[in-house]
Amino acid sequence: MSTELGLAIRRKSATPASSTGIRRDTVEIAKVVDIDLCIGCKACEVACKEWNDLPAEETSNFGSYQSHPDLTASTWDLMRFKEVELGDGDIAWLIRKDSCLHCSDPGCLAACPAPGAIVQYTNGIVNFDQTKCIGCQYCVAGCPFDIPRFDQKTKKVYKCTLCVDRVSASLEPACVKSCPTGAIKFGGKAEMVNYAAGKVDKLKKRGFDHAMLYDPSGVGGLHMMYVVPRGDRLGDYGLPSDPQVPGTFFSALSVLRKLGSISVWGGLLATGIFYLRTGRRRPPPEDEAVAEAERLGHQAVADAERERHESALSGDGPGGAGPAANGPAANGPAGSGPAATGPGQPTGPEVER
Amino acid sequence: MASLAASFGRGAMTNHWRDFKNSDVILVIGANPAENHPCGWKWAHVGRDERGTQIIHVDPRFTRTSAIADVYAPIRAGADIAFFGGLINYVLQNKLYHEDYVKLHTNAAFIVASGYQFNDGLFSGYDEAKRTYDPATWDYERVAPTAPGAGGQPAGSSGGAEALGPAAGAPSGGTQSPVAGGTPAGGAAPAAPVAYAKTDPTLQDPRSVFQLMKAHYARYTPEKVSEITGMPVEKFTDIAKRFGATGTPDKVGNVVYAVGLTHHTTGVQIIRGIGLLQLLLGNVGRPGGGVNAERGHANIQGNTDNAVSWEIFPGYLAVPKPGMNTMADYMAKVPAKASAPNAVNYFGTNYKKFMVSMLKAWYGDAAQPDNDFRYSWLPKPGKNSSWLTIHDEARNGTLDGLFAAGMSGLNIGPDSKRMSDSMGKLKWLVVMDPLPTATSEFWRAPGVDPKKINTEVFFFPATHWIEKDGSFVNSGRWAQWKWKVLDAPGQVKDDNWILGQLFLRLKALYAKEGGTLPDPILNLKWDYAKPENPSLDEIAQEINGFDLATGKRVSSFATLKDDGTTSAGNWLYSGSYPPEGNLMQRRGTSDPTGLGYFHDWAWSWPANRRILYNRASADANGQPWDRTRPGIRWNGTAWVGDIPDFPATSPPAEGKGSFIMTGEGVARLFAPGALTSDGPFPEHYEPMESPVHNAMSKVQNDPAVFLYKDAKDTFAAVDSEFPYVATTYRVTEHEHYVTQNVPYLVEAMPDFFVELPVELAEKKGITNGGKVKVRSKRGEVIGIALVTKRMRPLKVAGKTVYQVGIPVHWHFAGGKDTDPAAGKFRTTPEMANILTPYVGDANVRTPEFKGFLVDVEKA
Repeated sequence: MSTELGLAIRRKSATPASSTGIRRDTVEIAKVVDIDLCIGCKACEVACKEWNDLPAEETSNFGSYQSHPDLTASTWDLMRFKEVELGDGDIAWLIRKDSCLHCSDPGCLAACPAPGAIVQYTNGIVNFDQTKCIGCQYCVAGCPFDIPRFDQKTKKVYKCTLCVDRVSASLEPACVKSCPTGAIKFGGKAEMVNYAAGKVDKLKKRGFDHAMLYDPSGVGGLHMMYVVPRGDRLGDYGLPSDPQVPGTFFSALSVLRKLGSISVWGGLLATGIFYLRTGRRRPPPEDEAVAEAERLGHQAVADAERERHESALSGDGPGGAGPAANGPAANGPAGSGPAATGPGQPTGPEVER
Repeated sequence: MASLAASFGRGAMTNHWRDFKNSDVILVIGANPAENHPCGWKWAHVGRDERGTQIIHVDPRFTRTSAIADVYAPIRAGADIAFFGGLINYVLQNKLYHEDYVKLHTNAAFIVASGYQFNDGLFSGYDEAKRTYDPATWDYERVAPTAPGAGGQPAGSSGGAEALGPAAGAPSGGTQSPVAGGTPAGGAAPAAPVAYAKTDPTLQDPRSVFQLMKAHYARYTPEKVSEITGMPVEKFTDIAKRFGATGTPDKVGNVVYAVGLTHHTTGVQIIRGIGLLQLLLGNVGRPGGGVNAERGHANIQGNTDNAVSWEIFPGYLAVPKPGMNTMADYMAKVPAKASAPNAVNYFGTNYKKFMVSMLKAWYGDAAQPDNDFRYSWLPKPGKNSSWLTIHDEARNGTLDGLFAAGMSGLNIGPDSKRMSDSMGKLKWLVVMDPLPTATSEFWRAPGVDPKKINTEVFFFPATHWIEKDGSFVNSGRWAQWKWKVLDAPGQVKDDNWILGQLFLRLKALYAKEGGTLPDPILNLKWDYAKPENPSLDEIAQEINGFDLATGKRVSSFATLKDDGTTSAGNWLYSGSYPPEGNLMQRRGTSDPTGLGYFHDWAWSWPANRRILYNRASADANGQPWDRTRPGIRWNGTAWVGDIPDFPATSPPAEGKGSFIMTGEGVARLFAPGALTSDGPFPEHYEPMESPVHNAMSKVQNDPAVFLYKDAKDTFAAVDSEFPYVATTYRVTEHEHYVTQNVPYLVEAMPDFFVELPVELAEKKGITNGGKVKVRSKRGEVIGIALVTKRMRPLKVAGKTVYQVGIPVHWHFAGGKDTDPAAGKFRTTPEMANILTPYVGDANVRTPEFKGFLVDVEKA
């Protein structure tokens, strides 16, 4: 069993599962963002940048308290602000820390064709290894939460690491340390779920009838969860109500339609071939994804999963499909694939305030 | 802070941040703690999670504090006294007040002299020509003078002083403070005969404070409140019910405020309004209660406590006035006299000890009993030297130079254009700051012609607080020592080095050339190990004070003497650095009561007491009003719990007054005499610029507001071309002006913006994210329009009133696209104070940064 940073690895992108059978117990860790305690101060945003040596970007006020319209390759943590009317003349100002949620079934990892570019540790952290990233951006399409961001300069994709370097040294993530109100809690996943359950009870007593823990099963649960006071307004918070691990490779190709550069297509397809020849034979996450999709009754998702899975197993695929431009069309599901039909796919970033 | 002293005897937050977790209801008004005090504010959340604390937010803007509050209500900027008057009336009319507390701990029973009147907006004694009050009639009806202490415990006896040795009754288990066991002080000087106030313990006498207050506030009905504030009646009554419910002994409410309430011409009286409400509800002196002023910088409280200001010396000792030529004159006029036989009157009784000890700290051996401890060397200024006045003098050519250390006057305002003109009339200006500021660059600011400025400007690069040791005193009076984190770059020097150099050179010049009254300079005590660079540790010891006979540091202010045998730079801090060491450095985390006192963490003035006036947390028998939240309680031999703010071994049966700093021995619902300049009870007046006429009386503005020559011509009238109410504020991403130099914070909140109601923006064709110009009668600014439902139109006196929000952090000499050191500035006008009026509070001249008039248009 391989380790990096002293952490046990659960799985890596485009890499066969370990067959050693050696089991090392690792405590599953998690953050939970208690939105009820969050004051939207952006200390976490700044701490993230400071710890990770991310540059300050030139921003402009776009009619909002929000610093950036969206996450970027060097802004991995963003406070999103949205005003909503509550109907009785009162309003709510919904503020949410947006950053990688570190899914148990990471759509990014499933979609990634570059071996080892995305690593999931047994403690739950999903991390990108930019030295192995090929810049194909399948992870971007594969993420049900629209988190990873491509850097045009380095041609790599970036996102929150859950401060894997700090955590592996038994420190809390930088955002957690900087939070002045203790809104970002960090600890064992079970402990965090337990905290959240208690908090949800308190919120319900305060009249937040829809208060909930956001830890959706469609992605196997999260390692950054939320306590959401207004659970009936997940969409306003920018949270999909039922996110799913999308079909991986083919749905990722849907991104090609938006890209429109032949050279990129060619590169991606070449990557695809590489992936299909060397990729995992029986990647467990996909199996789980199918099972989960079936359990949830999302037949389209399950079918796509199965189709993609079988195709991968047969070693047959779009790789032989001639002109690059035909790739996506030949494989049909690009436009109707799980990524598009996934019920909770967040709509694009909207101008919020 | 003047308002708190008028109500309770001291000018500071009564409780402390950790204590917020003990509240049942927290009313936040004129403050935005979630944004501006996030670290302290967390304890409100702890309270909500642990005990279900309700959080109410009242503010012109729906802010990030409103976002996490249980109840939010909008209010028109400058209408706060109407709101508090309404709450006071609601509590009185519905008998929600804590009657036993009111009788025991306030001056409700005092009888007011017949000369006191209030008539259609004016209190008795008003001189319209001078715009001032003669407060002679604002007094109690007095009984015939008697020897002090007749019929009650002697006021200011040695017993009182002794018991006030900090923690003679040590705090209960585990919180034993190193300062415990202060030694008894000597007896106080016998006071002259005093005339105590008459009282009616039944509160029924129509001239009792209670009945006068009831009559005064009966006019503040919910409908009237709504008409003035714009707050819907239902919102007001909802808040009145929720907060009024804390009048029972088992409930406690906390009012939290900041400069949203003090930046008004009526600022002091607004805070008095909170005091009245909290006293009626029995919420002062109790864990979870209080009147909690949030200070605007990490060390503003330390500054207020220790600085020499125009009206106060360190420790809130008054600066002498003309005519107070001797210490005897000063002592006859300044210290409070007991108005009640049971009053401890600790401050008044011990004033001279504190004053003499301060003079000994300043003038050392030169200060002796036979020379009145060099009292004569103290200035006796006959004039106001507030911020506004200083700049007015510069403008009028009567002030030569200004030393601006750690502050940027041009940003601070008000009326930046006028401020800039004033600075340009100075002969010299020294700016001592870590980085160039708008003040240091004012002479070459956009639109200013350097050729026309004759001011010689010097810049001393000084260390930032992160580059030096020292202490911060937080809002809750905790003095916490801190340590240097970074070395300063280049030739940057500590402030103490700069001031040391300056002093030694000035002294040498005075020695050589003489001059007007060189003695205070030549004799200033300056015996630091390195006179050219006094250490902050030495200064901390000097502030604490010494027993000059033994050379040991004193352990408490109770040991200070008026015979010249002790010194103390600031009596309030005596005990912060006792012989055992610097208690500000303590980091003990024991909290045996669970109430968050943390007596072993740092040190809080006075005497490490964490909740001021904590005797009022208990009833007449010394037992807590609420057993689950005891402040202090009488255990049969001593007061235990928090460090008692009371004679520690004086049994309840002795009946001493619970507010030891007032001459009355109790807190003041009615503030007599010269405690305020504008009336014993808070009364609503409109801001100097208002969209409406005063609905309470014919008197539009606070009648005692001082009007600077030709400034009043710059105020907009009702129904003028400036119809919208503007307010200024900070946002959490920035700290005043300095963080424009921090790229990550500029990134987090990049541009100057203006918050506007959706309805107003639509009317004016202004789009969200587009540009907006805001004009007042004094100037204009241009910023990004942030069009939001959070700024709600209000119905005020039948009119729709729109409010506009203008944050203060932006200026030409910092932030995006600037390099101030190289003279590269932004040219768009972005300083909020370009708009604000040149007028201040009637008592303390704090400028009216909130509630002034503007117009807006698309830019």
